Order: sequence, then C-alpha cells, then structure tokens
Amino acid sequence: MAVAEPHVPTRAAGAAAEVEQGTSLWQDAWLRLRHNKLAMASLVAVLLILATCFVVPLFIDLDPNAQRLDNKFAGPSAEHWLGTDQLGRDLLHRIIEGGQISLLVAFFATFLTGIIGILYGGISGYVGGKLDSVMMRIVDGLLAMPFLIIVILFRELIKVPVEKLSDWLIADVGLSTDLVLRFGNIAPLIVAIAAFGWLTMARIVRTQSASLVELEYIEAARSLGIGHARILLRHILPNALGPIIIYATLTVPSFILYEATLSFLGLGIEPPHASWGSLIKEGANFLETRPALILIPGLVFSGTLFALNFLGDGLRDALDPKSSKD
Amino acid sequence: MLKLVINRLVQAIVVVFALVSFTFFAVRLIPGNPFVNEKAIPEHILEQTQAAYGLDGNWITQFGIYWKNVLVEGDLGPSLSLYGRTVTGIISESFPVSLMLGLLALVMGVGVGLPLGALAALRRNGIIDYASMIVAMAGICVPSFVLGPLFQMYLARNIDWLSVAGWERPSDIILPAMALGTGVAAYVARLTRGGMLEILSQDYIRTARAKGVPPLTIVVRHALRGAVLPAVTYLGPAFAAIITGSFVIETIFQVPGMGQHFVTAVTSQDYFLLQGLVMFYGLLMAAANLSVDIALAALNPRLRAKS
Repeated sequence: MAVAEPHVPTRAAGAAAEVEQGTSLWQDAWLRLRHNKLAMASLVAVLLILATCFVVPLFIDLDPNAQRLDNKFAGPSAEHWLGTDQLGRDLLHRIIEGGQISLLVAFFATFLTGIIGILYGGISGYVGGKLDSVMMRIVDGLLAMPFLIIVILFRELIKVPVEKLSDWLIADVGLSTDLVLRFGNIAPLIVAIAAFGWLTMARIVRTQSASLVELEYIEAARSLGIGHARILLRHILPNALGPIIIYATLTVPSFILYEATLSFLGLGIEPPHASWGSLIKEGANFLETRPALILIPGLVFSGTLFALNFLGDGLRDALDPKSSKD
Repeated sequence: MLKLVINRLVQAIVVVFALVSFTFFAVRLIPGNPFVNEKAIPEHILEQTQAAYGLDGNWITQFGIYWKNVLVEGDLGPSLSLYGRTVTGIISESFPVSLMLGLLALVMGVGVGLPLGALAALRRNGIIDYASMIVAMAGICVPSFVLGPLFQMYLARNIDWLSVAGWERPSDIILPAMALGTGVAAYVARLTRGGMLEILSQDYIRTARAKGVPPLTIVVRHALRGAVLPAVTYLGPAFAAIITGSFVIETIFQVPGMGQHFVTAVTSQDYFLLQGLVMFYGLLMAAANLSVDIALAALNPRLRAKS
C-alpha cells in the first residue's frame, strides 16, 4: 500500500524510542499511518463496526432471538431495518449479536495467542542454545499439522469440561446465568483457536528476542544485576512490540475467518446464538427465496475483513517502513 | 538435499504419529459414543456392539491393536457410522474426487494469481496494479462459503451447463474449484507482486536493462524465476487451505469427497474414520510441504548451496 512520508524522518524501525528530535517511534508511525488514506478509512470503518456491535446495544434493546412467525422473510421496514429471517427474527439484531460473538472470539483468541507467543518466543530466543532449538522444533512440528483439523478436535474435547465449569460458576459461585452462558458458548472456540494459533507469533517474537539479546544494552542491564524476567519484560519486549502489533492486527481477521468457517460447518457457535459464520450458513438455505439473508451478513463479514486487513497492512507500512512492498 | 528430505520425513512421521494419537484419545475422551443416537440402546446390545468393533478393552490395549493393524496389515479399521464400509474403502473412493477438485483449484489459483501479480508489479501504481490488488484483497476477504452460494445463485442458475450442486457431469467440478481456488489466486497474486517488485529492483536486472535486453525477455528469463519464490513458499499453506476449504465447499456443492466425510466423522464420533482421515490428511500435508521444500531448493541456487 502506498505510504506517503514526506516530512517524516525515516528511522530504522525497532530502534530505541527516545531520540534527540523528540518524536518517538510511535509518533512517527502515527504520522505515516495518517498519510495512508486507505488505512485511515479502514480504521474509521473498524471503529464504526466496533461501535455498532458493542456501544449501540447499550442503548437499544437487542433481541436477536425473538421469533415472530407471522412476520417471516419480511423486507426492510421502520421496525426491522434489514428485514427478518425464516423465523421472523430481526436480521439487524442478529448481525449485531453475531458481530459481538465473531469479534469477541477473534479478539480474545488473538490476545491469548499474543500472551502465549510472547512468553514462549521470548524465552526461547532469550535463553538460546539447546532449549531454543528444542522449543522451536516443537513449534515447527505443530505448524506442520493441519491447523483447523486440530482446532475442531480440540474444541469437541473441551466442550463438556467448559459446560461443567459454567454450571459450577452459576450454581456455586453465583455468577449471572446470562453472562456465563454467553461466555460458555464461545469459550471452547476461543481456547481451541488460541491453543494452536500462537505458533507463528512465537516464531516472530523469538526472532526479535534472539537478535535483541545480542545487543550491548542488554549486556549492560545484565551487568547491573537485573533479573532475567525483568530484562525480558522491560527491555526486550517493548522493542519487539512493532512486529507483535503488526502480526496481531493481521491475526484478528484470520481468526474471524476460522470462527466463521467452524460455525458454517456447524462446529462452532451453537444455536440459537448466531455468529457471522452461522448467519451466512442459515442464509445459504434461502438462497433462492431471500438472497438478502446471505448477502447482507456476507457483505458485513467481508467488509470487516477488508477493513482489518487494510489496517494491518497500513500498520505494517507505518511501523516498519523498510518491509513495505511498495 | 538428501539430508533435508530425510530430516523432513522423520519429522513427518513423528508429527503424524502424534496427530493420530491425539485424535485417538481425543475422540474417546469426548462424551457420548458413536452408537448412541436418538434411540436409547439397551446396555447389553451396546456392549456387544462395542465388542464386535474391538472397542471393549481399555484404551491402551485398543491403541496398541489399532497401530498394529495399521502398520502390519495396512488396515485402518471399519467405519462406525457408514455401516459395513471400511475406512480404507471410504478414503480410496472419495480421495480421487477431492484430489481432482483440489488440484484444479490449485491450478486455477496459480494460473490466475501468478500472471495477475506479475502484471501488477510491472504496471506498478497504475490502474492494472490497483485493480488487481483490490481483486486480490477481495479474494482473501470473501471466503469460499460466501463465494460458493453466490456462484450457485448467479452462475449456475444462468448458465445451462453448470449445475447448482452434485457430481454427475464433468462440468460439475468447475464451480467448486473456482470457489476453492479464488483465495489461493488472491494470495499468489499478492505474493508474486511483492516478489516481482523486489527482484526488479536488483542490480542484475539493471545490468540486463543496460545491456539492452528486451523487457519481455528480462521478465520471463531473469525476473520470473526469483519472483515466484514467495508464491512457491505459500503453496504449502495453500494446500492446507484447500483441504480446509474442501470441508466447506464439498458440503455446499454436495461433492462426494473426503472433506464432507471428515465433517460427518466429527459429528458422529466415528472413531476409526476420523483417525484414518486425520492420518491421511497429515501425510498429505507432509508430502505437500516436502514437495514445496524440494521445489524451493530447485528454484533457488542459494538454498541448494546451503543444504
């Protein structure tokens, strides 16, 4: 993607933040991102989608599962802006709920893969030697497996333990039923995706940490007697943050896609709840009679992926101008 | 080179063994069993059924017997959901279908993506570049399970010789292959464009230009070989994506391939079928990754020198 960077002093990405001119790496990156129209438009789109899914429901009464059998397949109206589905459920409400689920799954899973990947990759690169090569062998082996197949099996495996945990949380801990069930529905998916999704993140962090650990300032830190954990978290991690953020941004759309694929196959979110994937699956059944039921969720879904991917590309160009393909 | 192949083979064997073992215990740990459906079955009949399939001993014994049958007799066991059929039979019947579909999708993806990406790089920042990159992004963001129904709705209904679903006429392969290949084409186009741009800025290309080599010869003879490297690297993941995509696409277009068997094997907890399919997919992936490594070494002299 084209990056305009006329007034910005280009500096090697990943270099230490505070330099004489007083603009940090992040300010530089923000300036570059602002010149990238496509990325900015995507940022606005992503914020709008997030607001629609998570802020709007605070003000309106979201009722995605209310069936009105006398009002099936209705077209758009003042009451139902996007019409209704085969059971008379409001399509807009279902898309908003579906968005909450799809986005929550993707964000939580990305967050978890970030934590696992940072710890695993950070330690592997920092310690180096035998441990490093064993840890990376394991990653290589897991990466060679068909990802979605393991995720599917793993989700089936943890479904019942999660249900038991939910029951326990409701009965003995006394959490709100609604909250627990809502989260219990998506938790197996999040855990399954995260359990095998951290591999690439670990490799990226490992590369960073292995090269940073050679630098003088780390040696200096060590000679001052600073502990390993503190060096890793305070001195290595912040300098590896650029690639981590770039990869995490591009991970979100791919996890949205995984979730949707699983839900489409009936191996993800369970009815009556909807995610974008299961809405598209349901809509496909009424292709001939009501194409809107697949077209609208499909459009929202693809639009979100578009925006997130362009934003990720833009962030990469902004944080790491050297890697830009333009 | 030989060392690389042996290394990869050992790794593949370890990975596939681990994968199948994980599957073996995972499906048994999942509550419920393949013989229980809506109707309740009397306890003694259930026990007899399990004994008939060799599922009555403890899991470790079953595990040993399973691997002995697989390795010594090449027997992957009976299917528990498709009555009277063996896993080997199911795979040998459905794999050719999936293979044909997947290969055509791969050929379409590379055939469209490679020229598109190369063209985009040669006309950098021009209309062709922007148009093809937007098309490529669309191919990534519109997943096969949206594309499939769209093709059914707008292509199959308007063109006589394309069917909405099914696997009877030779032309029935076209729509599923297109739906499956679009994502691959999109990634290949993006990667080829990036690779091409990088190669075109190299010194040896400038030298060739300065010597007056015609532009077309530069691209075809000197640049293309290096420019396809990123796309070739992607072919391993592309293969995985096609396997995953086939789960969805075979369901949508009712193609009698392995993908839909995998989905039903999960939902019906068909132990042997699931283990067999996972093993087969694992071996396929390993073979694909190995071929990609060999192709890369063949294309890239630097890589060859290293290994």
